[in-house]
Amino acid sequence: MALFTPDRSQYPQTRADGSLDIDLTSGKYLKLWQGPQHPGITGNMAVELTVCGDEVVEGRTHVGYLHRGFEKLMERRTFIQCFPIVCRICVPEPDFNEYCFAAAVEELAGIQVPERADWIRTLILEMGRINSYLMYLGGQAGAFGLGVIGQWTTYARDLMLDRFEELTGGRIYHMFILPGGVRDGLPDGFATRLEETLRELETVMRDVYDTLFCNAVFKTRACGLGVIERDWLDPYGVTGPNARAAGMSKDVRRDQPYLVYPGLDFEPVVATDSDVYARADVRRRDLLVSIDLIRQILARMPHSGPLMAEVPNVLHWKIPLGETYIRGECSRGEYGYYLVTDGSGYPRRVNVRGPSYTHAMALLERMIVNANISDVAALMVSLHTYPPEIER
Amino acid sequence: MHDLYDRLKTRFPLGDWIARRPDLAFVDVPLAQLRSVLLHLRDQEGFTHLVLLTAVDWIETGEFQLTYLLCNRRRACDLGLRARIARDPASMESIHDLWPTAATYQRELREMFGIDFPGSPRLHEDFILEGWREIPPYRRDFDTLAYARETYRERPGRVTRDPAAYMQQQLDPGGH
Repeated sequence: MALFTPDRSQYPQTRADGSLDIDLTSGKYLKLWQGPQHPGITGNMAVELTVCGDEVVEGRTHVGYLHRGFEKLMERRTFIQCFPIVCRICVPEPDFNEYCFAAAVEELAGIQVPERADWIRTLILEMGRINSYLMYLGGQAGAFGLGVIGQWTTYARDLMLDRFEELTGGRIYHMFILPGGVRDGLPDGFATRLEETLRELETVMRDVYDTLFCNAVFKTRACGLGVIERDWLDPYGVTGPNARAAGMSKDVRRDQPYLVYPGLDFEPVVATDSDVYARADVRRRDLLVSIDLIRQILARMPHSGPLMAEVPNVLHWKIPLGETYIRGECSRGEYGYYLVTDGSGYPRRVNVRGPSYTHAMALLERMIVNANISDVAALMVSLHTYPPEIER
Repeated sequence: MHDLYDRLKTRFPLGDWIARRPDLAFVDVPLAQLRSVLLHLRDQEGFTHLVLLTAVDWIETGEFQLTYLLCNRRRACDLGLRARIARDPASMESIHDLWPTAATYQRELREMFGIDFPGSPRLHEDFILEGWREIPPYRRDFDTLAYARETYRERPGRVTRDPAAYMQQQLDPGGH
């Protein structure tokens, strides 16, 4: 349990420029690296901690362990060659990259996607969201030493990966949403099997609720921990469940609806406490919303009609000069692609705006100050960050 | 969003307004006015969310285009401010005091494009690259292929094909 020491006399003074006056030779402070190889870290990143006793006085995020230069790589590839690259930018929820890139290309090229493809895209994005939340829930529980939750959610995620494999041929990277539409329709009997998976998921989520959210250990440690103040949201670019847990009812699916979301019935999940528990609970309830959305999609989607729009020969596809920004609401917040074209057959510039970019850097470094070392992992996981989308 | 353009135009000398969608537009802003426009949009027009800050390298004209994308959460619309700066030396005023999160974007832009933002916190700390000695890698004149060939060994047995020619050959083996 983190104990904040009200007596600040033994802690570093703040210099005029806002930095801390930390004298490591004084013996008061210790540098600790959490990550990049650490069970309590989210992916390939590290936090350089300066601690005084067991309290963090400064934290600095380090990324770059997974940098592959995606944005640069795309500049020398044709638009269709970029399509199998983009999903690699985010492992647990790759489909948003496919959707945002495809939608940006379609907008600049003036392509209208068939309605049936839009329904299937929405279905895939919601399935991916569930996967991502399941991974998060396991990680969040694990950060407090509750390992069994992760086993259950991994089991549930595996069921959903089976459905992905059935639909797209791939479990992790699907490469299904390509500029112009989607690769295929739903296989025979897919809706029935997906419904069975959703029912199993609901069972798992009931167990997770009883075992995690009603658990005294989790409540004691997560309630009141890592509060994101409401007035930090805009300065630190906080979006998604992190913002909704702070009381801001902001969801791109409702505010700037895309695909078929305008026709679906849902309300963004909101909480007010803005601590680790509230963020976990928002994601748990949002997962249930996604299950409901998938049922709505399966019930209402057209079962016939084209899946691909007419697109030019992809080997010689040139897109006129232009720029656009496409965003979607992924499980972690606002995911966006800024695409600039110059009339050639290659993108001039692609910039990927992942929510972790702001959450894991400026926000985490602010939140982590005065936290107890034992809570650092939980704090970090509670922001639900994926490093590859920071370094791209 | 065009009413916003009309309001802004009465205060600032702006370039062309490019309406991409009903909820997204881009506008060119003179460098000297950029900070004032950002402040006005943030404090008076409700564009409180800095969505992204990035650069586009227009090497042909020797310029970088800096794009500041702002979102008005209440009105659910976005405005991209575009400012052009010289490529060499590339320098721009920092806006970390307006949005703390901008410091991260500026660190990345310094490392990847070589754009200086005097006064921005921890600007010269490595962000992603460690010990990088080449020109900033996201500049257009940095050749990734040449770098890879010089830096890494070729794996024996690997075959490289031109994608267009290879696909053409697969689709039409006879070359008709």
